[in-house]
Amino acid sequence: MRRIISVLMENEPGALSRVVGLFSQRGYNIESLTVAPTEDATLSRLTLTTIGDDHKIEQITKNLNKLIDVVKLVDLTEGSHIERELLLVKVRATGAQRDEVKRSVDIFRGQIVDVTSNMYTVQVAGTSEKLDAFLQALGEHTIMEVVRTGVSGIARGEKVLSI
Amino acid sequence: MELLSGGDMLVRALQDEGVDLIFGYPGGSALHIYDAIFRQKGIKHVLVRHEQGATHAADGYARATGKTGVVLVTSGPGATNAITGIATAYMDSIPMVVISGQVPTDKIGEDAFQETDMVGCSRPIVKHSFLVKNAEEIPEVVKKAFYIASTGRPGPVVIDIPKDVTNPVDRFPYKYPEKLRMRSYTPAGKGHTGQIRKAVALLLSARRPVIYAGGGVVQGDGADLLTELAQHLNFPVTNTLMGLGAYPGTDRRFLGMLGMHGTFEANTAMHHADVILAVGARFDDRVTNTPNKFCPGAKVIHIDVDPASISKTITADVPIVGTVQSVLKEMLEMLKASREMPDQSAIVDWWRQIDDWRERHGLYTAPRYRTDGDMIMPQEVIRAVHEITKGDAYVTSDVGQHQMFAAQYYLFDKPRRWINSGGLGTMGFGLPAALGVKMAFPDSEVVCVTGEGSIQMCIQELSTATQYHLPVKILCLNNQALGMVKQWQEMQYEGRLSNSVYEESLPDFIKLAEAYGHLGMKIEHRDELHGKLAEAFAIKDRTVFIDVYVDPSEHVYPMQVMPNGSMRDMWLSKTERT
Repeated sequence: MRRIISVLMENEPGALSRVVGLFSQRGYNIESLTVAPTEDATLSRLTLTTIGDDHKIEQITKNLNKLIDVVKLVDLTEGSHIERELLLVKVRATGAQRDEVKRSVDIFRGQIVDVTSNMYTVQVAGTSEKLDAFLQALGEHTIMEVVRTGVSGIARGEKVLSI
Repeated sequence: MELLSGGDMLVRALQDEGVDLIFGYPGGSALHIYDAIFRQKGIKHVLVRHEQGATHAADGYARATGKTGVVLVTSGPGATNAITGIATAYMDSIPMVVISGQVPTDKIGEDAFQETDMVGCSRPIVKHSFLVKNAEEIPEVVKKAFYIASTGRPGPVVIDIPKDVTNPVDRFPYKYPEKLRMRSYTPAGKGHTGQIRKAVALLLSARRPVIYAGGGVVQGDGADLLTELAQHLNFPVTNTLMGLGAYPGTDRRFLGMLGMHGTFEANTAMHHADVILAVGARFDDRVTNTPNKFCPGAKVIHIDVDPASISKTITADVPIVGTVQSVLKEMLEMLKASREMPDQSAIVDWWRQIDDWRERHGLYTAPRYRTDGDMIMPQEVIRAVHEITKGDAYVTSDVGQHQMFAAQYYLFDKPRRWINSGGLGTMGFGLPAALGVKMAFPDSEVVCVTGEGSIQMCIQELSTATQYHLPVKILCLNNQALGMVKQWQEMQYEGRLSNSVYEESLPDFIKLAEAYGHLGMKIEHRDELHGKLAEAFAIKDRTVFIDVYVDPSEHVYPMQVMPNGSMRDMWLSKTERT
């Protein structure tokens, strides 16, 4: 099962390498990973998605908690949550294609953020499934370059991950 | 406030932390620190002959005393040579602080002379590590390092210090922090009372109980409480390789070690148990054999300070996270207050069954090795040493057959007396570890049980024994082959002895010992074993290398059947299987 684990950790050099190292060392899989400082500059918030059964996820969270740099963590997929990923894609767009691409962007509530006479650069945010669907809608032949941020997530309601 | 250089700060911080002994080896990047050591008196530094020896010596010291072992090495090869010893300490959860010199900050990343990324190299085998960027950080980093290394599930911590940070010219105000608050690190304390209550109820309902105690009981100083609990309930106890001494080895409730080379009675009792109380043990693959065949009828109570150890390989029915001491104490109080006891007739029947297993194949009811002929059997060497040292020596070991024989036959009555590399299985551990123990307890008997293979992996430390006058006994069970490798090759590879024999290349260990200024003694015949051993152990002021020629064909038994065996599936001899 796909899980989103959100980690609050010390914003220290080496902290990220310990998290990533743990995954390779223990043979766990990382599907995506994002990290950035929080409003408190001494803390970083890291979100990673991984796949595993309950036993594996329990081991992952226990071992993450054992890392000295990790302050707190939560498995967002245990409860109701919001997840977002940002996609930037360069799409070939000439002639009649230009209107068609623009329509797809509107349907997916994306934005065209850069233009040349031959292409659009499109930005779309949403769940990973939505981004997959958008890319599929564009069709392989029009896509020139894709970059995705990986998943960020936050719990719904009043539950917060903070110290 | 006093102004100190980074090097002086480091040494002062170590003193303020209560460190009085460091094992190490100097080199370019560590020279400012070594100069600071030269100019002080509080800390003794032991110069080893190889950085691996420093880590093992500090490790042996830590295991025997319960204090944190301290190592100081230089950058590059000094640091990488320490890696094996750090991994050894990590696998066995031993508190250790390793300080490594590093190339100057402005050279880091430039492939400078003797540069290696120590924090990166050691990352998977440390509890935590620090790269010190400014001298002002040193006191707090030292304080944190010792706190992290010694609390919770202990482990090694690396402090990597670039040379410019310790330079003697720049001075900074020094103050050692009195208190420490780390929001990201809270080691487990007391166990959950509700869980302990559940565990007590389960223990009281047991009809075929076994207490399975590991290294956590030794490291967590819980041996007395565990002994009291087992005796209060009259439950049988088995110890892991790391847990030997956690329960008195000569007590009748002790079933011996369990696992791959565990006793018949310990492994069989585990298999048939209805309740297993696991304390400070981690269900290692050398204990459980095939996990899905492990103890089919047992409910498992698992006490451990590390939540990640619980339900990792074997699911715990009653998990309890907490220090062994606090949990056992609460458990005992609850048991006593309840005034209840398990069904006594069931317990009597269980003991009758266990005694029958002991009688049939136990290691301590009759010799399970050949007792005729002129060949010395390795088992009887260990028994003789146990007798001569009255079971009260510190015994360190290397890795292989001799380690298993020592574990099986030197019945440890006290914790912290058996010092071996259980998790990583590091050959070369025994001699430097023995020197570390001897530094801590100069008046105690310290024996390194080794083999002619293992001893050669850190034999250079014989020179350290000379320099610091550390009269340990080195007991080499010489079978002229890498015995455990050979045993596996004989059992599983149709006797193809691929690279496990030396073809007449072994050194004369007696002459070698003498070359270092020690005494050497060779024992080849059975009838001279006891006399010569007694003679060797009567020598108290010299390091004695006792080279005992043992039966090279002997195997370690019992040995669990692999793969796909359960706890109770064992080879009992070369021809006999359960």
